[in-house]
Amino acid sequence: MRKAIITDTTLRDGSHSVSHQFTLEEMKKVAKALEDAGVDIIEIGHGDGLTGSSINYGFGLYTDFEYVEAVASVLTKSKLAVLLIPGIGTIDHLEKAKELGAKVVRVATHVTEADVSEQHIKAAKKMGMFTVGFLMMAHMVDKEIVLQEAKKMESYGADVVYVTDSSGAMLPDEVYEKVKYLKDNLSVPIGHHSHNNIGLAVANSLSAYKAGADYLDGSLIGFGAGAGNCPTEMMIAALERSEVETNVDLYKIIDAGDDVLQPIIKSKGKELPRFNSDSLMIGYSGVYSSFMLHAKRASERFGVDTRDILVELGRRKVVGGQEDWIIEVAHELSKNKG
Amino acid sequence: MGKKLKAAIIGPGNIGTDLLLKLERSKYIDVKFVVGIQESEGIKIARDHGVDTTTNGIEDLMKRDDIDVAFDSTGAKPHLLHAPLLKEKGIFTLDLTPAAVGPYVVPAVNLKEDLLKKENLNMVTCGGQATVPIVAAINEVADVEYAEIISSISSKSAGPGTRKNIDEFTETTKKAIEVVGGADKGKVIIVLNPAEPPIYMRNTIYTKVKNTDIEVIKDSVHRMVDKLQKYVPGYSILLEPIIEDDIVTVMIQVEGLGDYLPKYAGNLDIINSAAVEVAENYARKVLEVE
Repeated sequence: MRKAIITDTTLRDGSHSVSHQFTLEEMKKVAKALEDAGVDIIEIGHGDGLTGSSINYGFGLYTDFEYVEAVASVLTKSKLAVLLIPGIGTIDHLEKAKELGAKVVRVATHVTEADVSEQHIKAAKKMGMFTVGFLMMAHMVDKEIVLQEAKKMESYGADVVYVTDSSGAMLPDEVYEKVKYLKDNLSVPIGHHSHNNIGLAVANSLSAYKAGADYLDGSLIGFGAGAGNCPTEMMIAALERSEVETNVDLYKIIDAGDDVLQPIIKSKGKELPRFNSDSLMIGYSGVYSSFMLHAKRASERFGVDTRDILVELGRRKVVGGQEDWIIEVAHELSKNKG
Repeated sequence: MGKKLKAAIIGPGNIGTDLLLKLERSKYIDVKFVVGIQESEGIKIARDHGVDTTTNGIEDLMKRDDIDVAFDSTGAKPHLLHAPLLKEKGIFTLDLTPAAVGPYVVPAVNLKEDLLKKENLNMVTCGGQATVPIVAAINEVADVEYAEIISSISSKSAGPGTRKNIDEFTETTKKAIEVVGGADKGKVIIVLNPAEPPIYMRNTIYTKVKNTDIEVIKDSVHRMVDKLQKYVPGYSILLEPIIEDDIVTVMIQVEGLGDYLPKYAGNLDIINSAAVEVAENYARKVLEVE
């Protein structure tokens, strides 16, 4: 059986869960533990990617460049990855991250908008980076459109294309169908990134592998937006049970979560992401997972139910990056309440 | 009929064709020539509207001596080639590309007499035309330390030019937020939204201010919106200025006139309406009419 290649995003998707307040030391510790456990690719930085630090998404404690430089100093084997969302980060930012030690870039667009990634994917390839095309919110369209957009990313030079379930809304059969369709029609490897909002992240990851995906994402104890990502340790256990090999050591990845990440989260007074009514509504309504904490804040600010905000955002088909719409929706709901 | 300035449109894509239709209503400007590099829908429309066209590019424009004003809606690279040629010919040029050879102009904020003496003005970006005025209005009364713009546009209204140049869009808009809007520091984010029916162009403007008197800020924003609505009738406030700590949030929406492009393409409409406004001001100055 072919190996699954594991990307851990505790230090990027998990940044959402600490409102982008990891310290440099914390990032270094977690990254080192992930490397020691055998994780292939370690994604770090602001939850919304390079220069996501903003009023809209929350300011980071450090800049992405500070994070990259710090983490690069402790890694020798694992590849350091950054996320780049065109419209937020630019090629100049990527060049800087590369100089400071980033080896992999994941260029992310909404699933229907792959052509905004052309200049970034081409530039990343030119810089010699391993380049992943990341099609977010893949639940929103059928497999034909996912393929059409994935083909664009492949044509720009992407080394891998991801079916990304940003909302944690996809079902195992749907993941299978979309991944398989890409696998059958593209020549580059396929990846899958999941969220656990309706409790299907591990099942979906297995389904993706079975459909032909070689790249799978997780985060320690599922530390990521919404109800969290696919927990890396749980995914490794499930893959082992399925007799799928990875480079990750099960005990070591469990220890990384328990002994390294947990104390950090506790010391920050934060909670592990877990299933709650808000994350469930995100998965159910198909809303971008990182909206959860923003919607919660807006619900307090304007005195409306978080669930109502999330359902309305889903109805309006709001996409990743449109956190500003949360304020308008919450304001509108509070006005209508009278 | 009064005297009119004669204009050329270079690049008859979505923007250029919409400009052609807008300028047909102008009292001061007459489009005489549309310049393309290939046969296209835009060239065909221009011809149908009785305008001379060419598909040989800028060269044919250089052979004419009757053009006073040029609108360049090609792309940054072509405009860098066009700009010196147009300058040599003494043609007043409005650059609707991110090339930004000349200074930025946002009519509601900085359209002054001396700016019209320049031979080349840059129209910033659609996001810049929509948001710089609000930043400037807030800065005037509250001193903006930091301004952040989130521009949401419908996928259908983002043509291949915008998509291939999204970095240039954010960079140019950021600079204009600082240079024209007056923010000490700017940040710009653009999001394409594919929802059907297409969303109207919508912008969120966050500003970190030194003077937090929200009533004063509201008044200033309203005065600016009144100014804008004179040349962009579909410009409206979606979320009145609200403040939390020292962060002011305003949201605005732009509904287009629906000339060549549907009403949801407020992003294309506002940059064109701004260009027409500048050109008409120039024309009134040259023709000495009020």
